[in-house]
Amino acid sequence: MSELRLPPAPKRHLLSIADLDRADIERILDTAGSLAAALDREMKKLPTLRGRTVVNLFYESSTRTLASFELAAKRLSADTMSIRSAGSSVDKGESLKDTALTLAAYEPDVIVVRHPSIGAPQLVSRLTDAHVVNAGDGKHQHPTQALLDLYAMRDALGRLAGLRVAIVGDVLHSRVARSLVQALALVGGETVLVGPPTLVPRGLEALGCEVSHNIQAIVDADVVYVLRMQRERMGDAFVPSLREYTALYGITPARVRERQVVMHPGPMNRGVEIDPRVADSDAALVTDQVRAGLVVRMAVLYDVLTVAPVEASERVGVA
Amino acid sequence: MTLFVRNGRGDSTVITGRVVAPAQGIDESLRIAVTDGVITAIEPGDSGSLVIAPAFVDPHVHLRTPGREDEETIRSGTEAAAAGGYCAILAMPNTDPVVDSAAVLGALVEEAHATALVPTGFMAAISKGQLGEELTEMADLAATGAAAFTDDGSPVVSAGLMRRALQYSGVTALRLALHCEEPSLSRGGHVHEGRVSAELGLGPYPSTAESVMVERDLALAESECRPLHLMHLSARESVEALDRALADGVPATAEVTPHHLVLTDEAVRSLDPNVKMNPPLRAPEDREALRDALRRGSVSCIATDHAPHARHEKDVPFEEAPFGVTGLETAFAALHTHLVEPGIVALETLIERMSSGPARAFGLDEPRIEVGARANLVVLDLAAEWTVTEDGFRSLSANSWLLGHTLRGRVVTTVADGRVVFAS
Repeated sequence: MSELRLPPAPKRHLLSIADLDRADIERILDTAGSLAAALDREMKKLPTLRGRTVVNLFYESSTRTLASFELAAKRLSADTMSIRSAGSSVDKGESLKDTALTLAAYEPDVIVVRHPSIGAPQLVSRLTDAHVVNAGDGKHQHPTQALLDLYAMRDALGRLAGLRVAIVGDVLHSRVARSLVQALALVGGETVLVGPPTLVPRGLEALGCEVSHNIQAIVDADVVYVLRMQRERMGDAFVPSLREYTALYGITPARVRERQVVMHPGPMNRGVEIDPRVADSDAALVTDQVRAGLVVRMAVLYDVLTVAPVEASERVGVA
Repeated sequence: MTLFVRNGRGDSTVITGRVVAPAQGIDESLRIAVTDGVITAIEPGDSGSLVIAPAFVDPHVHLRTPGREDEETIRSGTEAAAAGGYCAILAMPNTDPVVDSAAVLGALVEEAHATALVPTGFMAAISKGQLGEELTEMADLAATGAAAFTDDGSPVVSAGLMRRALQYSGVTALRLALHCEEPSLSRGGHVHEGRVSAELGLGPYPSTAESVMVERDLALAESECRPLHLMHLSARESVEALDRALADGVPATAEVTPHHLVLTDEAVRSLDPNVKMNPPLRAPEDREALRDALRRGSVSCIATDHAPHARHEKDVPFEEAPFGVTGLETAFAALHTHLVEPGIVALETLIERMSSGPARAFGLDEPRIEVGARANLVVLDLAAEWTVTEDGFRSLSANSWLLGHTLRGRVVTTVADGRVVFAS
């Protein structure tokens, strides 16, 4: 009789916040906190992932996400390389499938994927044996951004449960907003989405958030989270002009109350969605977010590589 | 059941089983004799585990020929149809080149005579190149054998051209079949606009993108007193518009696909490119409206919208994948499993909407189980379980939304125009 072989264990990926539960999020944030402390105390480099390989596969321009994933892998002593679509065989028309299979031949432990099309990280996870981390796919998800935002909020305000977060602007086209709404729901935060009706899709209330088209709705928020207003959306007539958008929804000093903190995922359009006086004020956590990005991405790499997968049956409602 | 059919002259066949022929009001155990392809006797017989029904007619198939013979050919597509229990299919003209001239259509008709396993009709385009600008030579196309006119794959955007098409198609006995989509509402859309699109960030394709066009075309058909056929309805609002028009006496027919009857937009959470189709999967209330319309008969046809795609075209991120799924070989089993077994639609209703309904809508000979009729029969094993796998298809493409699913109900034998075209 042939030997009975167990099927291979499912790989842990981070494709969407929907892959996580509250305990997962708290564990990742706590790990990030420990890593931050270790980096402060000891050397700038930890031996944790020595011998592991992390590949960053980026099909979209990115400064902070790519830089922080590269640095996160290096700080954990992993071997890392970054492939950008420009200047690679993607330029020669190679499909995502073939690029993923080519990279998989080097047996990376983690592939970090950023892609303009929804579903690209899912495709890579189906094609390779690597753990896949989604670094942004189209308008769908950017889970590490949501995690670093939670980390920065917890750091600044001391808690997440009961925190009221107003997300202001172009929710429709924002993977950051989608990820953050889901993540806040998991940790017990309250969310209100604020923006013009054309940029706040109907249906997101089902995730447990409120919706308002009036900027006054930010008044009782602990956090005002400002989304980038993408100029290229103007052609589709979502708003008649940036001038009118700024007048209605721009975050100005007059609209920010004391003790509120202001966050922005970057890159900012100063003078459009955020007044430069707010962006440069003490209320703004923008550089804290960037710093949080490094330790949170270290924690995510560590987590997908070391924490055992949860039985599929224990997960409910995972997409 | 016994079945011996050879295709020579003087051959005789006897089939016994539970005969379900809703159009003839038959549901009893019978013995059917077929001689030289014609039903020659129907007598009381033993009941068995198998069901004999009039074979199916699919009014909406993409054979990808000419132009994409790597995805489907007339031969492979009709083999798939035979395996699915179909005795006749209608192919769409959105090929390369478009079927918009008697030359292209004539070549297809000739090729079908030589290679098609089941009788195949070809629809011709409404507008030249399906560009929505100039009408095709409809009389010439009808004389060459066109089965109907459609710009399927694209809507007829201009209301003025649509009205002219309704008027001018009166020079033929053929009707227009319409893909209803208002492009300024569906542009950039990949999935139904609703909770799922909002959560996933996929470009929304709202129900109104279909229903406003359905309303427009029904209004034009009413004022021009011309018949029309609405293809692959997906939205509750479209069904409501159809019901109102039918009540007003507009000569409209409509079809619905297996995937819209079985799935909802919840399925796209998997981001599997094989659940991406146009029109998109919609909300549970839309699916319920489609099921209800199918039961009532205001939607009288089930159409697969069989849309083969090469593997490399679907092996891409969801957002980049083309619309369309295959369906010829799985339609009956999927609907039997998901609609008949749970008691949502009666077996006889399913058979009627897969057979007589589409034939009537396009003026084709209805498959009938009666003495003197050409044999167009499907034999079904309702208890057979099978799993849909990529290597199990006769179609050259495997972009099925049912891959890996286990279904109950299987086509055992198909007799099309008196010939056994499929026997498992």
